[in-house]
Formats: sequence, C-alpha cells, structure tokens
Amino acid sequence: MDKMPTPDEIKQRIEAAIPEARVAVEDWTGGGDHFRATVVSPVFAGKTRIEQHRMVYAVFGDEIGGPIHALSLTTKAD
Amino acid sequence: MSDSEHPLRDAIAEAIRDNEVILFMKGVPEAPACGFSARATACLQALDVPFAAVDVLPDPRIRQELSALSNWPTIPQLFVKGELIGGSDIIMEMYESGELAQALGVEAAPAPQEEAPAGANPAAAPLGIENRLG
Repeated sequence: MDKMPTPDEIKQRIEAAIPEARVAVEDWTGGGDHFRATVVSPVFAGKTRIEQHRMVYAVFGDEIGGPIHALSLTTKAD
Repeated sequence: MSDSEHPLRDAIAEAIRDNEVILFMKGVPEAPACGFSARATACLQALDVPFAAVDVLPDPRIRQELSALSNWPTIPQLFVKGELIGGSDIIMEMYESGELAQALGVEAAPAPQEEAPAGANPAAAPLGIENRLG
C-alpha cells in the first residue's frame, strides 16, 4: 500500500530531482493528499509551462492520482 | 499509430482533433465533480467560449488512455486546436494573464477582481464568480 507523502518529503524529492530547485510545498486542504507546490529553477528557462509541469510531475509518476490526489503547481525559471 | 490496438485512445484523439476547444474533466460543466475541473470550466465560461466537454469519471479507462496520449497525469486537461494547453494551474495562470483569451482567439475578460488579499484561501480566489452572487 502506498504511503501518503508529507509536504516535506515532496519538497525534498523535487529538490533532489530538479537541479537548483527552490521549492515550497503546502498541504492545500489539510487532508494530506492535495498539495500545492511552487518550484523555481534555472532549468525551466526556455521551457513551456507544460514542459515545466511535466518535469515536476515526472518526479512522482503514478503517485499522482494515487496517494497524491492532486499536486497544484506554479513553476518559474530564474 | 495503429487504429485497432487502442480503440478508446483513437476515439479520444479523434475527439481532440474534431473539437477546436475540448475539456476533459471530472463531472460536467453544469456540475463539475472536482474543484480543479470547476476552475477550468469557470475560466472558459468567463471567456464565453463554446467548448466540448468529456467527463472522464464514467470509465477509468478514459483517463488512462487520455493521459497516455497527452503525457499529462491529471484532470482537467484543455486542448485547443489539437494542442494540450494544460491542466487547471496553467489554465488559471493563462486566464489571469490574458494568454488564454489569446489562445482561444477571444477578447480578454475584464479583470476578475482586485489582488487577492494575502492569506486568502487559494481555492476560493480564482474567478470571483461565486462571490458576486452573495
């Protein structure tokens, strides 16, 4: 059974996967499965929003829609 | 791409091709079954754009095949002229910046409301449509 990640685990996993990412994650609803993340990284430069969001979603694979019911994203290049 | 191997995926691809603006969502525009689908619907309605809507809830395979096709894991998903525009976060960002109106070839809607106050519930912030009723 998949365990529900904490906001801190989500933050650490994004930071580990995306170079020089600065990440803020909050539990959006308090229910432990709707998260909201802001990710800023130089690797997003020149990429479309769709490409940026795909990079973050790729960190979690099938967990999106599973234990992570929703991960709302704001991504920015810096 | 084979026509017979993934009939449902082919049907989804055809719907995306045949409808200039199409939203895959949970529920229907009149009764979205998820806050994210509700926000996406509200953006399109605020711009007064006709759109096709597909409810993914009746059969989980719709969502599986759609995500396989679009390489996008979440619902809703908005396509314009065959291209994935994004999910609810991108739809909202583009709505607020005027880019969504541009992509849809319509006039931008008037600014929905003043800057949301700090600490406002983000789920309630987006369009202010409900707020005006009360």
